[in-house]
Amino acid sequence: MSSDAATAAPEGRLSNSLREAASRYGLIAVLLALPVYLAITDLASKGTLTDLGNNLVLGLSNGAIFALIALGYTLVYGIIELINFAHGEVFMIGSFVAFGLWGNLGLHEGMGTVGLVLGLLAAMLLAMCVCGVLNVMIERVAYKPLRSAPKLAPLITAVGFSFILQNVGVLWLGSSPASVPDLVDQSHVLLDVGGVRIHNGDLLAIAVTAPLVFLLTTFISRSRLGKAMRATAQDPDAARLMGINVNTTISMTFLLGGMLAGAAGLMNLLYQTSIWYFQGFTAGLIAFTAAVMGGIGNLKGAVLGGLIIGCIQQIADNRIGAEWTTAVVFAYLVLIMVFRPQGLIGEVTREAG
Amino acid sequence: MNALTARLGQNKNLVAAVVCLGVAALLPLFLDPLSNVTDNFITAGAYVVMALGLNIVVGFAGLLDLGYVAFYAIGAYTTGWFASDHFSSINGEKGIHIGAGEFASHLPGIHLNFLLVMLVAVIIVGIAGMLIGLPTLRLRGDYIAIVTLAFGEIIYRFAVNGDEITFADGYKLTNGRQAIAPVDAIDLPGFGGFDSAFDLRPYFWFVLVLVALVLFVNFRLRDSRLGRAWIAIREDEVAAASMGVPLVKTKLLAYATGAAFGGISGAFLGSYQASVQADQFKFGFSIFVLAMIILGGLGSIWGVVLGAVLLSFINTYFIPDVFNGVPHKLGLDFDLTILNFGIFGFLILIVMVLRPQGLLPERRRAMELTEGVGVDDATFEVRAP
Repeated sequence: MSSDAATAAPEGRLSNSLREAASRYGLIAVLLALPVYLAITDLASKGTLTDLGNNLVLGLSNGAIFALIALGYTLVYGIIELINFAHGEVFMIGSFVAFGLWGNLGLHEGMGTVGLVLGLLAAMLLAMCVCGVLNVMIERVAYKPLRSAPKLAPLITAVGFSFILQNVGVLWLGSSPASVPDLVDQSHVLLDVGGVRIHNGDLLAIAVTAPLVFLLTTFISRSRLGKAMRATAQDPDAARLMGINVNTTISMTFLLGGMLAGAAGLMNLLYQTSIWYFQGFTAGLIAFTAAVMGGIGNLKGAVLGGLIIGCIQQIADNRIGAEWTTAVVFAYLVLIMVFRPQGLIGEVTREAG
Repeated sequence: MNALTARLGQNKNLVAAVVCLGVAALLPLFLDPLSNVTDNFITAGAYVVMALGLNIVVGFAGLLDLGYVAFYAIGAYTTGWFASDHFSSINGEKGIHIGAGEFASHLPGIHLNFLLVMLVAVIIVGIAGMLIGLPTLRLRGDYIAIVTLAFGEIIYRFAVNGDEITFADGYKLTNGRQAIAPVDAIDLPGFGGFDSAFDLRPYFWFVLVLVALVLFVNFRLRDSRLGRAWIAIREDEVAAASMGVPLVKTKLLAYATGAAFGGISGAFLGSYQASVQADQFKFGFSIFVLAMIILGGLGSIWGVVLGAVLLSFINTYFIPDVFNGVPHKLGLDFDLTILNFGIFGFLILIVMVLRPQGLLPERRRAMELTEGVGVDDATFEVRAP
């Protein structure tokens, strides 16, 4: 995915490489500014870093969920250079489907571990399938007919679709946030390392995300379909001339992205123990920020960006105030898009000029 | 010959404008001065102004702006700041009054005449438009959309949490969800004050004058050198640049002009509704305005007017008043009003897939938009960056 057909700036010229270095390290410096500042003030006022450590632990586990969503954005962008604006809503539907299944599977608080794990696995698989199929359907209805229309058109249909899905959520569970049973006892402290606490939820987030990311990268780098995806990402026309069914490959990409969003939906349910039709909008935009931060179209970048944005979000929630979090995240988004649109490890793309 | 047809074309627009506005101006004479219908027409007029503004950015210049609500917000807050008792202890609690109406001139706070408020709103919002446009100059396509969306959300956050931000003598930036109210009614020199408790019709005629002005400016801009430059940029930015179109200036002017119209409309709505409340400025509203211009036809002035009036009435009349009970009749337990944004989303999806040129298309834009749409064997366009 990473080797985009876009023309990279000519290498070797000193001024170019200087500029490249300045913008990359500049971005890293901007990202580090907030935690470093907090670390210094914490040390000065309390003499310990446990608060920041706790923020980072929560941030990383939260970020793991964002990473799963961000992968969906980046996969789709890598292959057809389209921001799948409805992706956040697919994630939201994933939560709703999983929550619906809990009831059907009879999952409840305080049940046996084996039953719980099996039930959750079943819920996750089903949510993944539903979301994958939903994502493919969105592609077929809203994007495919507009593939050669101006860029504006599919983005607008994507926004339209995301509003439709939000209202599906409203009809499903009403328009206010609801809390769901805390199945895994997510805030139970599992491990305490000098004041830095690791909870059940944190472990779970990492334990689900890591294998999924591993499976995805293996699939894309090893399998035949993965190869086709990479080829289509590089040059769709040439890929078709080589006998690759481009339409199937694109649908496959949407399927994978949707499945990851479905998994993220279940995790979000377990982790936040709440559900809301609007959760997809915010989480989608935050995950999109993550994808851009890592370099859109780049899988590793999406995971890295997700983890970083998770930390930023936690720190903002905790230190600045939760009501400002979206503003902080979006400020980062604007800064990155303007000064380093290719992200941390991405390459120059067409959009970024 | 060409000049003749061009003039005829212009005259056609002129005739259409005079007829439409004339009919509209007579309309309130047949309406109850306080009825909901009058109210709906006034709102529709304000939305027409807003949609025409967004049409300059998206329809003419082809820069997808998903944060247009920001300009509505800033325009409305300009009215909130400069035509209410928000800054109540300014000037020793005596307030500052410039051309304020009979009633308002005895209240504390800043009270400017509404015409001055509009002027201030145009300036502030125009500058805000340029500031928001500035970072997007290097970007293209969907990145512009996302950056503008981000700005829209940041402004919304400031509107909601503005009551935490205080400056000078403890003045709040906004009142958040508490709303800045009451905002002064419009008071025009020579016409006296408007009073929405007795008669809504002056507001109607006022917004009609605004629509006429904005329509005029829109037509003149479209046919001007600047308008042609916008269209050139929309069609091919690189070609436009090599033909000598100054990209930075042209794009910034598109943002500023589009924003200014949004600001005018926002200032008007702030005064008309007599309050400025943060939850009016959600992302959904940007999409609402975008849906108007897509439904009517991107880039087509008359189409946008039609789309704005249609959607406004769908929003203020058809969904809440006419069809609200439909789900109940079908045995479902919800009101149609909770689905309004889903309905707008569905509309833009359907229009974009089936008739991307909109209801009243503009010829040139229709060609761009329908080119290659629905070609089954999807071809990838590999355009040079």
